[in-house]
Amino acid sequence: MRRLLAAGVAAMALISAPASAGTKVGMITTLSGGGSHLGIDVRDGFALALKQSGRSDVELVVRDDANKPDVAKSLSDELIQSEKVDILTGIIFSNLAMAVVPGAVRDVFYISPNAGPSALAGKLCNPNYFNVAWQNDNLHEAMGAHMKGAGLKKPFILAPNYPAGTDALNGFKRFYGSEGLAGEVYTQLGQTDYAAEIAQIRASGADSVFFFLPGGMGIAFMKQYAAANVGTPVFGPAFSFDEIILGAVGDAALGVKNTSQWAYDLDNPANKAFVESFRAEYGRTPTLYASQGFDAANLILSALGKAEVADKDAFRAALRAAEFASVRGAFRFGPNHHPIQDIYVREVVAGADGKPTNRLVGVALKDHADAYAAECKM
Amino acid sequence: MTLALFLEQLLNGVQLGLTLFLMAAGLTLVFGVMGLINLAHGALYMTGAFVCATVAGATGSFWIGLGAGALAAAAAGAVVEVAVIRRLYARDHLDQVLATFALILIFSEGARLIFGDRPLWLDIPAALSGTLALPGGAQYPLYRLAIIGIGLGLAGGLWWLINRTRIGMQIRAGEADREMIAALGVDIRRLYTLVFALGAGLAGLAGALVGALQSVQVGMGEPVLILAFVVIVIGGIGSVKGALAGAVLVGVIDTMGRVFLPATFGLFMAPAEATATGSALASMLIYLVMALVLALKPKGLFPADA
Repeated sequence: MRRLLAAGVAAMALISAPASAGTKVGMITTLSGGGSHLGIDVRDGFALALKQSGRSDVELVVRDDANKPDVAKSLSDELIQSEKVDILTGIIFSNLAMAVVPGAVRDVFYISPNAGPSALAGKLCNPNYFNVAWQNDNLHEAMGAHMKGAGLKKPFILAPNYPAGTDALNGFKRFYGSEGLAGEVYTQLGQTDYAAEIAQIRASGADSVFFFLPGGMGIAFMKQYAAANVGTPVFGPAFSFDEIILGAVGDAALGVKNTSQWAYDLDNPANKAFVESFRAEYGRTPTLYASQGFDAANLILSALGKAEVADKDAFRAALRAAEFASVRGAFRFGPNHHPIQDIYVREVVAGADGKPTNRLVGVALKDHADAYAAECKM
Repeated sequence: MTLALFLEQLLNGVQLGLTLFLMAAGLTLVFGVMGLINLAHGALYMTGAFVCATVAGATGSFWIGLGAGALAAAAAGAVVEVAVIRRLYARDHLDQVLATFALILIFSEGARLIFGDRPLWLDIPAALSGTLALPGGAQYPLYRLAIIGIGLGLAGGLWWLINRTRIGMQIRAGEADREMIAALGVDIRRLYTLVFALGAGLAGLAGALVGALQSVQVGMGEPVLILAFVVIVIGGIGSVKGALAGAVLVGVIDTMGRVFLPATFGLFMAPAEATATGSALASMLIYLVMALVLALKPKGLFPADA
């Protein structure tokens, strides 16, 4: 009996011993519901970069957070405690990031491929937290600067009431100024009917509309805005006009300007190869979210090429160096581990197939860093 | 505040209210007649939207899709009633909540398996894509007016069905005394299936109508379900008249609150704070109204047994 028990224990030990010295990356992202196309593109971009690297020792574990903070939190506990991942990534929405990241970075590295709430760039910044996309305010700041420069006098601004929404309107006002706004409205997160807001826009006498409504919210807003025949030109960050939203909204989006840190027609070798291989792999044009997933994976791979994750200080230094060919061109981290990068202006035009698509038209802000770096002590 | 804005918001509120009514009518009938709390009502709303989007995409006709969506939801409702719900009537509300919550998960995962994770698009019919000029200069989308018309028509039809037909008489009798009408020889099982399918069909129709304004996606029914529960609690559980009054009240209060509360706070607060406070209060407003109604009339505005 005792021998049997000993053999059993030995067998258990054998099973629980690490199979290899590989790296495990946990991805918590939104794969269902109104924001699902964001998560799907981050996942697909990330998986594409892993596949191209040919590294079989990096394992990706993907989980769907269904855009619910409580689900995301319990998934992160599961991935850290029972899956024993070394690195977490993937969260799309800032309210979910705020639920997960401050706790997760005590145990693992977190590489954000999307959400960049101001708190994590400022007071709650952490040595183990890196954002490879943008700080939330960035694209909105760029649009604020662009609209100011374009001589628009009376914009109506609109965002959902959650961390990234307040970051959006604050970012916009930081560069546009808060004078002369025709109106400022916070909608509910996940809201699907914008009739009340559209009526307000019409009554406000605005000369332009700036809105940040990512995912399904943006689709619902644009469809209803076009149907209501308001006619006031709309502007926004790329989140309101990604390729999926354009596909759903159709010609109503033609002529719209939006700001992005990336565009699929950005002229650099890494980007050309990325767009081509993404189209070949998935049969669709990548969105900016796909580019962020792709960059997140390549950042991690570049650091893994220099250091083991177990050696946290060396791995952190390797991440901070960010020596990878970003598809957006020049890329580096600021002192708070958030990007310093160019933000571009894109315009929605009819593509070769007649369907609306984004075309790069210029640079809104060069070498742009975020406004919270000074608040970050690490 | 201009007249045009007020008028447009009033129409928006009524339109939201009538969509909520289509949801709430089924919910309140099922509770009134069978004494059942059906959390899966939102899943039937989603079913209607998905089937409508698929059929409209395949046939190119929104109206065929709309009919198919409502019929499919009614059929799904009938199947669910026979297979699951029927076993729950005699049990307490906690068991019903548990079982119908399981149905939500089954419907959501089922929709995900069949239609995928990505939202589907449903376009409004070309004939209704225009706008109508309102007095005061605003333009109102024809499609939303059509929803108002359909909602009012169905409310009238439901009134006629319940007050003027034999089935309606049985439904009313079922609300008053379940055992007695069974004793009088009415096939109560068939009546229950019929009422459940009717409610499901109305929910499916609402889902299909709203799906064209938004996107059709898994889980779209649950936020509406919460509002529909608020509606039937305000209107009086079991009362169709109450559901109509409650729905229009909730629709108008919610829409007006979202616009006019931030503006009101703006009179004496800084713009950014006014927006934040006003928006926060606006999202609570209908729950505050519900609390107020319950405090003054605990059985709702139009109690079913009055």
